[in-house]
Amino acid sequence: MSKWRAALIWSALAIAIGVPSVAAGLSPQLAWRDGVYILAGFSGVIALSLLLLQPLLIGNFLPGLQGRLGRVGHKWVGGGLVVAVIVHVGALWITSPPDVIDALLFVSPTQFSIWGVIAMWTVFAAALLATVRKRLGLRLMTWRVVHTALAIVTVGGTVAHAMLIEGTMETLSKAALCALVILATLMVVKQLRTKIRAQSIRDRREA
Amino acid sequence: MTSVPITRRTLVAVGASLVATGAAGIIIPANAAGFAPTRTMRGGANNYRPGAPIVERIGNGGFWMSGTVRRAGDGAPLAGQRIQIWAHTTEGHERDARSHGATLTDENGVYRLEMPQIVPAFGQAHAHLAYDSDDFKTVFLRPIMRNSKDTSLTADFVLQPA
Repeated sequence: MSKWRAALIWSALAIAIGVPSVAAGLSPQLAWRDGVYILAGFSGVIALSLLLLQPLLIGNFLPGLQGRLGRVGHKWVGGGLVVAVIVHVGALWITSPPDVIDALLFVSPTQFSIWGVIAMWTVFAAALLATVRKRLGLRLMTWRVVHTALAIVTVGGTVAHAMLIEGTMETLSKAALCALVILATLMVVKQLRTKIRAQSIRDRREA
Repeated sequence: MTSVPITRRTLVAVGASLVATGAAGIIIPANAAGFAPTRTMRGGANNYRPGAPIVERIGNGGFWMSGTVRRAGDGAPLAGQRIQIWAHTTEGHERDARSHGATLTDENGVYRLEMPQIVPAFGQAHAHLAYDSDDFKTVFLRPIMRNSKDTSLTADFVLQPA
């Protein structure tokens, strides 16, 4: 890969993540929120940004972070994603406990909190599975399919959650970031399909 | 047994008459029984602080919360009923005492209270209202603003005796 191409990809990524974050930082809504509520919102923005990095890292799309480095990065970003979600929910809990309890119990009046809670549980499950998969002795392909399935629900839930919310994120930059997260996820799903096909051809040959 | 074939014409005729009577309000059970009581909305009671004081206006005002309070059944306007209101506004969070206030309905069963501009909180610009006095059953409402830039919002109560 040429240096120019690498620079282009990294710049595009910086813009894709930087613009929505800066736009959220300029939101007039911030003036009417206290520190904890602002932290809650921003950890959500960070989680959405990390959700874009995840498929890019594991799918070998980031120049300089491919192969083993990409997988190590994916693990660390995955850990960061879990922390961001915990901070997001925890800070919202401090801001308004009854609203968060309603959301966690799936009795919230707002659709988007249900999507958010679903995405929270699937991202926790995906991360937990990653930490115990060796102990469980899962087959490589089984592990990949289950982890990816959980990731797909996480992405779908997160995007629905983010798009239905009127918060600090600016609508257009939020929609663009969500579209990129979906696109990157679909590219990794396509890679996985190719791997599964190759595997089943190998299995048939061996049988 | 003779079977009655359902032709397309009958289907259209029956369907159209159902729509027509429905639109005219003939077969809506709520109307048949008069004014149906308002049901508490999900999340309506969140961050409720019982006993909010009756105030001229909440904070510096600029936004109008209003509505009617009626009796279930005959829909008679209820005067002198205390309605408590709170929201996340430009001046404070829902949980802050200064974001809470109450007002009484006039002789026409209408209440109207000025409060600071409501801003989106927890993803939606919304208000909370409570009827929580002795004469009628408690009702909590959580109306949503169609547009977060709106400078007024209405919510109506139909109360049933306690």
